[in-house]
Amino acid sequence: MDFTLLLFFLLAATAVATALGLLLSRNAVYAALFLVLNFATVAVFYLLLGAPFVAMTQVTVYAGAIMVLFLFVIMLLGAEKLPKGEALPWQRPLAIGAAVILFAEAVYLLVQRVRLTAALPDPGTWENSMESLRQMAGMLFTDYLLPFEVTSLLLLVAMIGAIVLTKGERAVRS
Amino acid sequence: MTPSDLLSILPLLVLVVWACALLLVDLWLKRKGVTAFLAALGLALTAGLALAQAGEETTAFGGMVALDGFASFLNVLFPLSGLLGIAVAYGYLKRMNIERGEYYSLLLFSTAGMMLMAHAADLVVVFLALEFLSLPLYVLAAFARPRLDSEEAGLKYFLLGAFASAFVIYGIALIYGATGTTSLSGIVAAIEAGSLGTSGLLLTIGAALFLVGFGFKVAAVPFHMWTPDVYHGAPTPVTAFMAVGAKAAGFAALLRVFVTAFPALDADLTPVVWVLAALTMFVGNVVAIAQTNIKRMLAYSSIAHAGYILMAFVAFGNPATRADAVASALFYLVTYALTSYGAWAAVIALEKQDPSAGSGQAASGLEINDFAGLGRRRPALAAAMTVFMLSLTGMPPTLGLVGKFYLFRTVIEAGQVWLAVIGVLTSLISAYYYLRVVVVMYMREGAPETTREPWLDFTWAVSALATVILSFLPMALFAWASAAGVMGF
Repeated sequence: MDFTLLLFFLLAATAVATALGLLLSRNAVYAALFLVLNFATVAVFYLLLGAPFVAMTQVTVYAGAIMVLFLFVIMLLGAEKLPKGEALPWQRPLAIGAAVILFAEAVYLLVQRVRLTAALPDPGTWENSMESLRQMAGMLFTDYLLPFEVTSLLLLVAMIGAIVLTKGERAVRS
Repeated sequence: MTPSDLLSILPLLVLVVWACALLLVDLWLKRKGVTAFLAALGLALTAGLALAQAGEETTAFGGMVALDGFASFLNVLFPLSGLLGIAVAYGYLKRMNIERGEYYSLLLFSTAGMMLMAHAADLVVVFLALEFLSLPLYVLAAFARPRLDSEEAGLKYFLLGAFASAFVIYGIALIYGATGTTSLSGIVAAIEAGSLGTSGLLLTIGAALFLVGFGFKVAAVPFHMWTPDVYHGAPTPVTAFMAVGAKAAGFAALLRVFVTAFPALDADLTPVVWVLAALTMFVGNVVAIAQTNIKRMLAYSSIAHAGYILMAFVAFGNPATRADAVASALFYLVTYALTSYGAWAAVIALEKQDPSAGSGQAASGLEINDFAGLGRRRPALAAAMTVFMLSLTGMPPTLGLVGKFYLFRTVIEAGQVWLAVIGVLTSLISAYYYLRVVVVMYMREGAPETTREPWLDFTWAVSALATVILSFLPMALFAWASAAGVMGF
């Protein structure tokens, strides 16, 4: 059993544990922090698979930007504590049933369709994975230059919109 | 990227740069009238440049955008609709105490998004253009904040717009999964290569989801639920701009993508479009009868008109009728733009801030009964409104009749006689609620308070004249629309 495989199993255990922690914690802030940890673990999975760009995106976009927003909203609303008891009592058994079915399907597919091997796919050399990153960057600034620029305009418009909608109201003249 | 790439989208570039500059310049301008004038100047310049591009046919940015007759036709239509959007808004914003310079920059940005949509030859660009034109509209819909119904309109439009975007992006993802490309020419090549196999189903599902997403945008039944609330709550000039521009841009995307990339899916998609069009015409027109508020009535009328334009899509799969489908849809878009801008301008002339309510409350003067006595008080305005109502019904001597005629002809050429029959029958239904406005204006006593604003008066007068005069010489416009073919790849 080589090192990456050991690492994989450690990370897998962490990923499952943090996902469970997210579901089971009764405090929304803890749940959000568990989710950050989960995202970070998944990012390392991507690294193991030789996809450094996706890994970095996972960290910056999901673990970084989106989760910070989540935490902001939770804290601003003061909604850390989830209420005791459940609004929909039939929800829990239904969810457990659905989860079991989904899990069974996933296992069946894994056994049937994917040949399970005790080794991770070869991530290739670091040079190779950097080359793919270089190609992606090249694409972004050649073939996809126009969409890239339009995206920047889109963000500008979103910013203007947010300011227009939230700017302090001027004295109403009536 | 080469200079010729930039040249091919020059009008769009000018408009975007202009909008950014306007945003900055507005900070130093005390009088918002100057902002409005500058914005109008930018739009006029854009329209002029787009007009100069007519007849060119090329792709740019590695096939991301196409410049063809279709794009240049719409690129003239969109800035002109933006110009009318400024003309109807100028006095209104002042009157309603919501005069802020950002209105004009946002309107310019939205127009730029629509123009990008007309150019788009790649699904990635289609999606970005959709967002680019919608985001400013969400903000504009809520522009009359803190008026509650305006905020509600903005939020509703935003949530349902985001929902619709999700459908579009999911559809694009499936199409990409099936064909391995997002460019329209690449999709055609992949279909023609015939190697899709089972992923052909994926492609069809993707196309269907794409249709659903844009069904939201153009307000087709059953994706129309947001329309009356948003059209009712948004400031009326925004509603006018949205009803014309967003609808036209949505149809631009549908037309280009369907005609260019999906003719092979004809057998699967045509029945779907058939049912959508029939449902939209029927529900839009029938529910409009029950409305007492003019803004809601026009909202349902706009839904119904989305149905009429959707009829053109039953002809997209057949090479013989494809050109007619595009031409008649474009022609109808022009018809609808002129007429509906005029009708909204008349609504704006009657709208006023409710004196009894606080500043955060809704405007009044928007019930159909508020039009009572308009024929005596403002004969010209009432006559113009009559023209618009006749045109929306599709009666002579208006452009609406010609537009419907071309649409029905295309549908019949495509062999879908029953759809044309439904179209005619629902037009008859619509006569009831359109003519009711005319009856109220002339037969009922009342003393409506109206606003006289030069630019507003200009809008309805020009729209009414154009609606009547163009109906006598439709061939020129139709020839232009026919020349606006979608470039084959």
